[in-house]
Amino acid sequence: MLSQGVITAAYIGSSILFILALGGLSSQESSKRGNYYGMAGMLLALVATVFGVVTGNFWILAIAMIAGAVVGLILAAKVQMTQMPELVAILHSMVGLAAVLVGYATFLDHSHPLEGVEKTIHSIEIYLGILIGGLTFSGSVIAYLKLSAKIGGKPLMLPARHWLNLSLGIGAIVVGYLFVTQSAGGEGMTPLLIMTAIALVFGIHMVMAIGGADMPVVVSMLNSYSGWAAAATGFMLGNDLLIVVGALVGSSGAILSYIMCRAMNRKFFAVIAGGFGTPKATAGGASAEIEGDVTPIESNEVVNLLKDAKEVMIIPGYGMAVAQAQHSVRELVGKLRAEGINVRFGIHPVAGRMPGHMNVLLAEAKVPYDIVFEMDEINDDFPNVDVSIVIGANDIVNPAALDVPDSPIAGMPVLEPWNGETTIILKRSMATGYAGVQNPLFYKDNSRMLFGDAKDSINSLVKGLD
Amino acid sequence: MPLTIGVPKEVRKNECRVATTPEAIGQLQKLGFEILVEAGAGIAAKYTDEAYTEAGATVVADTKQLWAESDIILKVRAPQQHPLLGIDEADLLKEGQTLVSFMAPAQNPDLLEKLAAKNINALAVEGIPRISRAQKMDCLSSMANIAGYRAIIEAAQQFGRFFTGQITAAGKIPPAKILVIGAGVAGLSAIGTAASMGAIVRAFDTRMEAKDQVESLGGEFLVLEFDDTEGSGEGGYAKTMSDEFIAAEMAMFAEQAKEVDIVITTALIPGRPAPELWTEEMVKSMKEGSVIVDLAAEMGGNCKLTEANEIVTKHGVTLIGYTDLPSRLPTQASQLYATNLRHLMSDMCPEKDGNLIIDFDDEVVRGATVVKDGKITWPPPAPKLTAAPKAEAVATPEPKEEEKSSATGSIIAAVVASAALLGMGAVAPADFMAHFTVFVLSCFIGYMVVWNVSASLHTPLMSVTNAISSIIIIGALFQISSSDSLLMYISAFAVFITMANIVGGFAVTRRMLAMFQK
Repeated sequence: MLSQGVITAAYIGSSILFILALGGLSSQESSKRGNYYGMAGMLLALVATVFGVVTGNFWILAIAMIAGAVVGLILAAKVQMTQMPELVAILHSMVGLAAVLVGYATFLDHSHPLEGVEKTIHSIEIYLGILIGGLTFSGSVIAYLKLSAKIGGKPLMLPARHWLNLSLGIGAIVVGYLFVTQSAGGEGMTPLLIMTAIALVFGIHMVMAIGGADMPVVVSMLNSYSGWAAAATGFMLGNDLLIVVGALVGSSGAILSYIMCRAMNRKFFAVIAGGFGTPKATAGGASAEIEGDVTPIESNEVVNLLKDAKEVMIIPGYGMAVAQAQHSVRELVGKLRAEGINVRFGIHPVAGRMPGHMNVLLAEAKVPYDIVFEMDEINDDFPNVDVSIVIGANDIVNPAALDVPDSPIAGMPVLEPWNGETTIILKRSMATGYAGVQNPLFYKDNSRMLFGDAKDSINSLVKGLD
Repeated sequence: MPLTIGVPKEVRKNECRVATTPEAIGQLQKLGFEILVEAGAGIAAKYTDEAYTEAGATVVADTKQLWAESDIILKVRAPQQHPLLGIDEADLLKEGQTLVSFMAPAQNPDLLEKLAAKNINALAVEGIPRISRAQKMDCLSSMANIAGYRAIIEAAQQFGRFFTGQITAAGKIPPAKILVIGAGVAGLSAIGTAASMGAIVRAFDTRMEAKDQVESLGGEFLVLEFDDTEGSGEGGYAKTMSDEFIAAEMAMFAEQAKEVDIVITTALIPGRPAPELWTEEMVKSMKEGSVIVDLAAEMGGNCKLTEANEIVTKHGVTLIGYTDLPSRLPTQASQLYATNLRHLMSDMCPEKDGNLIIDFDDEVVRGATVVKDGKITWPPPAPKLTAAPKAEAVATPEPKEEEKSSATGSIIAAVVASAALLGMGAVAPADFMAHFTVFVLSCFIGYMVVWNVSASLHTPLMSVTNAISSIIIIGALFQISSSDSLLMYISAFAVFITMANIVGGFAVTRRMLAMFQK
């Protein structure tokens, strides 16, 4: 049995290790070390807690831990890189569920009776912990279902959705008041269950109302919530390590959400309230008519363009993930670089379904990370680019965001391949992107459409370069 | 019934181009056409009969047979007297055939009447309007591009010095100064070619919008000190300018004549004789050994001293008046022309069934068609510009009030937050406030640390935060030793899922980070 002092010291150590873990992610070189710091911090905290706090039921504990570890390892080993958003969502839901379970367990535990203000605060902490945990859980489950296409990605628009959200919020406050007063007398299970139901419904409804293109925001927001749930649990248990970690994760997710919203020029609350572009899309209908024609191109003509190019920019989007084309892209890049062509990637922050999605896919395909650039780093270089290849991206290369003031995506920063010599757009059809907006880029004089499945098209380019 | 396309050998003297290439034949076949090529048609352009056969065309030795068996004739030059057969090519045409070629319909009314009398459908590729959609079929631009390039090559041939300036052991060589008049397709091509050879290039055009294009190719745009400088006419061509404008222009040219070594003139207004821009006086003032290439020679020349199809030397200046510059680069010219025609064919064959539809609702086809069903349909109605001049954006900038209100909003939020903090501090127990301090400071640390995370590592960031947020397992560990079996099972389950999360999160992060490599 470790003393309280030793446990606290261990917790301080693991807090620092967690901070170092996040700090390590500032660059690729230090990131692996950062991950080991994280593991060490977790190990330290677990060992200290198991040997300092747990007094019995070691067998149950061991079985639960080993079973959990095995499940986790299998999940991590089997997941495809294109499915990372789904995995992250399902992991979020587990944190949420754990917060709910721990909340209930704490509520049912009467071994440390409290009085007065402390009792009230403790009740509020339990209540908040379960509330945040519940909505993280159900929200993440819906996000998982949407990302894995088990349910449709279209936003669900209930007619009175703002009123529904408002009444759920008021309901949660009222029930919370009931819970605090009742729990003072040792009761309170009923309001707690009602609130859990409210939290679950709220989480479901919140994510159902959000469209596919807003998914990066949702995933990072749920990331943030899972942190706040941990922090609330920390308050509930009076455990500083939980509070520190919860606050770290919570603010990390919040920053990611903010970055994603900024990358789409959207207000956070507008995303949460749901409906990408829906209110404005009809009003902006006049601008949907685009003068001009799209010019299709054959892959052998693209090959000739590429052979003559000096600077090539590749802009991947969600379509590359869907078509699983990253390995073919890597082959193409290898061929082009062998010919002495400078190939770079331009990544839009919201390309894909979660922050950094494209980077992970390209890394999986062994594309060197020093030729992968952020939008802000390379957007000014397009005038020097001979050929830009847009793979399964639409809204993130839409010039309407810059020059059509009433467009639903107006003001969103976009990559600007049209400033280059030629833009090749790989696309299955002329369908619009998730924002449902026509893309004037396709009609520009220096744009060429290469229709077909992204992977097949890239493969034919690779073959042509042989 | 798919139609047959016939491609005869060009009969005009020194014409080296051919109307289709082996490369284009494959594309034409995809449209459903069958293709006949006259034997030797591509020889001058370095395309052998074997190459055509290999591409899928049938090579026909007999000229008359080719004309007789084709439904569509693709040619470069307008029909003329056939030197070997001794009859006019137009007489080889039969009723219902379609002829596509250069025809200069404004200069050749007799030809149009003859074609109409024979009930031929005729498309003059000069008539393809200069709209964005038709760029891929614009034969004039293709040929002008080549002419501009070749003009520089011809000038270099006649010019006795380097284009580029050099400092050598044998002395300093000044760069050649080249003036290009008219920055159309040919002019721009000439500018680019000359600039890339190292010459100093100046260019003049009445259309101010040409300035950017000239500068983008490395030329210097000469600007007239003059108010009314709007020279853009209908359909992308220059229009005739006012007298004062011309006077100012001529004065400037006279100045330039003393300085420049080579002049390329490309000024043409459709359907009119070429304007005289380079007077005999200017030629006289030029240095000995200077060169003038007059791309308007066929229409009388921008310089009256030029003689069409000849190279002459007058007042010590060499004047090149070739009218067949594209044909002097026959492989390139044939390739571009064949591609243009192939696009025209695919425009006229929307079903890809090997049938040709002359659709007068199609602006491109309407513009090119000069004879249809026995009637002369030239000139076509004026084209509409699709590249509409940008209407000044009416959108007025949004008033900046929003920002102000958000600024006051954040002040209000800060005040409310401080008040709430103070209120909480007043009632909450010390223990809670201690935890709260930790919480706020941790948020702050998180904020500082996470902003430094590289954007390419956002996904690993999410999976690692996922793993560490499962520190919530500690909450479950606190309860698992409870004697209450319900509590124990709840806790055990929580331990199970958080453990899965911890191990899964770290493992997948490790897997991802291992993939990132230079």
